[in-house]
Amino acid sequence: MNADIDGTDRRLVLATQGGLPLVARPYHQLADRLDIPAEEVMARLSRLLANGVIRRIGAVPNHYAIGYTANGMSVWDVPDERIDELGATVGRLDFVTHCYYRPRRLPHWPYNLFAMVHGVSRAEVRAKVAVIAELVGSASPHDVLFSTGILKKTGLRIGR
Amino acid sequence: MREADEIDDTDRAIIDHLQGGFPICERPYAQAASELGIGEEELLRRLQGMLDRRVLTRFGPLFQVERMGGAFVLAAMSVPAADWQRVVEVVNAFPEVAHNYRRESERDCRFNMWFVLATETADGIGRAVQAIEEASGLPVLTLPKLREYFVEMKLAVRG
Repeated sequence: MNADIDGTDRRLVLATQGGLPLVARPYHQLADRLDIPAEEVMARLSRLLANGVIRRIGAVPNHYAIGYTANGMSVWDVPDERIDELGATVGRLDFVTHCYYRPRRLPHWPYNLFAMVHGVSRAEVRAKVAVIAELVGSASPHDVLFSTGILKKTGLRIGR
Repeated sequence: MREADEIDDTDRAIIDHLQGGFPICERPYAQAASELGIGEEELLRRLQGMLDRRVLTRFGPLFQVERMGGAFVLAAMSVPAADWQRVVEVVNAFPEVAHNYRRESERDCRFNMWFVLATETADGIGRAVQAIEEASGLPVLTLPKLREYFVEMKLAVRG
């Protein structure tokens, strides 16, 4: 447990990881459940948002349901000495929703840069991947792994 | 799987407007609803409807478990087709598995099952990986993030 998080914060995480109550006063309902004042619930959530424990509060859409029926995880083998420069450049593209530097696992896994691309069709995703290829350099080996099914999407579940 | 044509313009506006920045105040739904030009009750009803139809997978805070001392790790497995359903059930049964996707490569990549492990402590990942390997009988490739590059986290509704 991180020093930024105390026991009450953790109870707040447990109470909200499945979602915020869909009632007019959701933070008051959480306060009743946790037996602390509503002002404290709101102050703690604001602090967790400010220090990054909470990335954002809002709707998490199912990509398929909002029209992004093609989802490609593009993976690239780029020179390690250029990873941060290329990662920052690729992450800035408006169609890239996640961009990470991850380790290669040779011989099974040769790629170190991951960029998630969403589109309405595989053709659109491929066209976007081609834009990345121009930035990264066409000499960099790459692959695109298209999602063909969501097997599970529950998000974080701690404390069970 | 529901398609985009099963949501109307108001649903679209709600999704586009509420992917982040939900207010922290006494009546947050009322505030968000007024920004959207609808009523509080309508917003609550539509959010519940979109959750029920699985247009939304969640509504609420998204946590960065690393900031709580925990870990999020991407993992992959190469699952033989004949063994697919058994392995899906084995892997999904672990509460540490936050997401799991079937993926197919444009080339000849053999990793076809990709999941994210989320644990409350960093050493929980190793234990979860070992337990999944034992339960499935298959090796798990772990690809922890070494660095995350900034991205704009929103997707506009399409279609």
